[in-house]
Amino acid sequence: MATWLRRTRAVAHYLRRSSGRPSTSRVVLDRQGAPLPAVPPLGSVGIGRAAGRISPAPFPVFSAKRLESTRAEKHLASVHEAEDDDTVDDDDDDAQVLDFPGGKVAFTSRMQFIAESAEERVPCYRVLDDYGQQIENDCSAQVNEELAVKMYTDMVTLQIMDAVFFEAQRQGRISFYLTSMGEEAINIASAAALTDDDVVMPQYREQGVLLWRGFTLQEFANQCFGNKVDYGKGRQMPIHYGSNKHNYFTVSSPIATQIPQAVGAAYSLKMDKRSACVAAYFGDGSTSEGDFHAGLNFAAVMEAPVIFICRNNGWAISTHTREQFRSDGIVVRGQAYGIRSIRVDGNDALAVYSAVREAREMAIKDQMPILVEALTYRVGHHSTSDDSTKYRPMDEIEYWKMSRNPVNRFRKWVERNMWWDDKKEVELRNNIRKQVLQAIQTAETYEKPPLSDLFRDVYDTLPSNLHEQESQLRETIERHPKDYPLDVPV
Amino acid sequence: MATSAAQRFGRRLASSVPRRRFSSSAAAAAAAATGGSAVQRTQNPSLNLCSAINQALHIALDTDPRSYVFGEDVSFGGVFRCTVGLADRFGKGRVFNTPLCEQGIVGFGIGLAAMGNRAVAEIQFADYIFPAFDQIVNEAAKFRYRSGNQFNCGGLTIRAPYGAVGHGGHYHSQSPEAFFCHVPGIKVVIPRSPSQAKGLLLSCIRDPNPIVFFEPKWLYRLAVEEVPEHDYTLPLSEAEVIREGTDITMVGWGAQLSVMEEACLDAENDGISCELIDLKTLLPWDKETVEASVRKTGRLLISHEAPVTGGFGAEISASIVERCFLRLQAPVARICGLDTPFPLVFEPFYLPTKNKILDAIKSTVNY
Repeated sequence: MATWLRRTRAVAHYLRRSSGRPSTSRVVLDRQGAPLPAVPPLGSVGIGRAAGRISPAPFPVFSAKRLESTRAEKHLASVHEAEDDDTVDDDDDDAQVLDFPGGKVAFTSRMQFIAESAEERVPCYRVLDDYGQQIENDCSAQVNEELAVKMYTDMVTLQIMDAVFFEAQRQGRISFYLTSMGEEAINIASAAALTDDDVVMPQYREQGVLLWRGFTLQEFANQCFGNKVDYGKGRQMPIHYGSNKHNYFTVSSPIATQIPQAVGAAYSLKMDKRSACVAAYFGDGSTSEGDFHAGLNFAAVMEAPVIFICRNNGWAISTHTREQFRSDGIVVRGQAYGIRSIRVDGNDALAVYSAVREAREMAIKDQMPILVEALTYRVGHHSTSDDSTKYRPMDEIEYWKMSRNPVNRFRKWVERNMWWDDKKEVELRNNIRKQVLQAIQTAETYEKPPLSDLFRDVYDTLPSNLHEQESQLRETIERHPKDYPLDVPV
Repeated sequence: MATSAAQRFGRRLASSVPRRRFSSSAAAAAAAATGGSAVQRTQNPSLNLCSAINQALHIALDTDPRSYVFGEDVSFGGVFRCTVGLADRFGKGRVFNTPLCEQGIVGFGIGLAAMGNRAVAEIQFADYIFPAFDQIVNEAAKFRYRSGNQFNCGGLTIRAPYGAVGHGGHYHSQSPEAFFCHVPGIKVVIPRSPSQAKGLLLSCIRDPNPIVFFEPKWLYRLAVEEVPEHDYTLPLSEAEVIREGTDITMVGWGAQLSVMEEACLDAENDGISCELIDLKTLLPWDKETVEASVRKTGRLLISHEAPVTGGFGAEISASIVERCFLRLQAPVARICGLDTPFPLVFEPFYLPTKNKILDAIKSTVNY
């Protein structure tokens, strides 16, 4: 052992000297502990990264597996027996470590595989109990009456908007809709914990975040109807909202693509030394996408101020989380990427608010990503194109809808504080319902965007091929006007 | 096989050295931009394509503090050395390595660009761009359109070395440009020479649209020419007639142009006058220049390294037949890569070599 030890130190010393790096720099050892260049020599032009991919690693490193192997231990023992063995170690215990990129790695003679899961699942942070009773000694005092009432009002508004728009789709007035039922607390409370300077990279079930920021019911309706005042110019399906003035990037349907983008946006905030972060939203299904891995890994490496907010609602359309992953949800993945993480009760508005607020503080102050896994349930169907009773039991839906309803729970707390009562409740619901219906009626009266919007914005200016296609199309329309919808101005 | 590869390599070299003809427009444009004379032009240092790219990146970073260069191994200078010196000069905050993950690189770049920055992302080989395909096709390309022009990621430029190198096999040789030419919302640009590479890359970085910029890696070191030292750009979506002729129009881009140039010279010995066009920007492409040329010559040949089926040559062919049907005196010829994966040992057989092109020129002219 002593010889091995001396040699390890000598190697570290040699590398320090030869590479001019500090001792924590990369040390690459071959199986006998001999030093190898820390930076591999350049290959010939044309053979780069991929050569390493398709051939065995050019420099066999002391892998983690080998560190734990008793065979390696025996081998090392025999090596030092064969050599001189006269040195008594002075600092045997603390020196028996491998100085490896990322820090010192202790040796062990015990072959022990890391368990596939911890014995106990990661606990879920909450502030309100099932009855809306506040658990003591918590930091939720930051939510005062004004904030609490605004949060509650927006949660109810979101509920009603979802219900009415869903109905409008069923009536055939809009082509598609997607509710956030059951996830009102995550939507509104996380938004409340952010500031307007924070950039939101949504998935598609976060309309409440936009609502919180001041996007009006009329603006929501305009998008769903794809009329001429829809900011998206009628180009995307309903619910693909986006608003530059609200720092809310336009929704795109592909899952998880916003996650690495959020890191790039956060890196921009970092480089501009802004006191702001990016909030990237996604669901449990997203975490199986490559972009999830890419985004979290990039964020950790780039030290980007981004909060990853995962709405773990149990279902990705019909795929249960059991069929999605075998880890203890999402929260445990954070550590594997080197990201600080928390699991929070997504149906507890105060817990979501506190956790996201704290996450935001850390993300900005410490310039690092934070992962928040909010446990919740998708009470509604995936979308209007889905009937979730085909793949999940009614009583499961009912349980979450009634017993674990996040809006009811928050209401109990607000009422307990004497900030809310039945009279206000009835007034609010009637009022919002009228507003939503009015917004739909108004949105319906607008005509569709003009035909020219079909060709604009593909590029910053219109290229010649689109000029040509536009005039060809206009000629066709003149010849066959009946083939085309009347509500699109030509 | 080694001999024939060496011969081909040599021919590339031979054809790449007297590139003055190729670069004339860039040098002229540059000279015009500075009001310079021919005398000044000759004082420009000779650079290879790799150094020209490097110079463009230096200028891009120097002229805009909101510009970034990143990708796998770019920090120490890149596996092709195109990013040498950038991190030292502009700092690790603006020039940096990323994890080995192409979808991450492009996704990150889109987010960075969407915040008003110029993000120059490097994909180490065009062969490895496919994990980023979704980010390019579904995200970058539609970013402006889907938001009704509320957001855009126009500051994004994706650089990727492409094409044959003589020993690259399946995964260091491909020319995937046609995939990207099917995507409204991005531009696809490929330079043919050092001075073109510098001017076009600077245009791409400053263009308000996301761009995929493929660099002919075979020419990184082989193509050497005078490159104006100052900051200049070359127009996108403008093709260039780099050799005038009367009997047949030949359209290509990138490294393939040097092979086509050789075929032109040989055809000239046989009394055939070839007009050679560098398309430069494949999307959106300059139909008018190609059309005008074919109206003059009555014949068209397209050549690219990528497999012939579904290659961008098919698009050019179809468009020109639409516009010049009655003027064409022979079928449009496509001399391209074979419909196989890019093969290692068989590379000299796979490639659209000079004599394949020469034969096609003759048979088209004598149709």
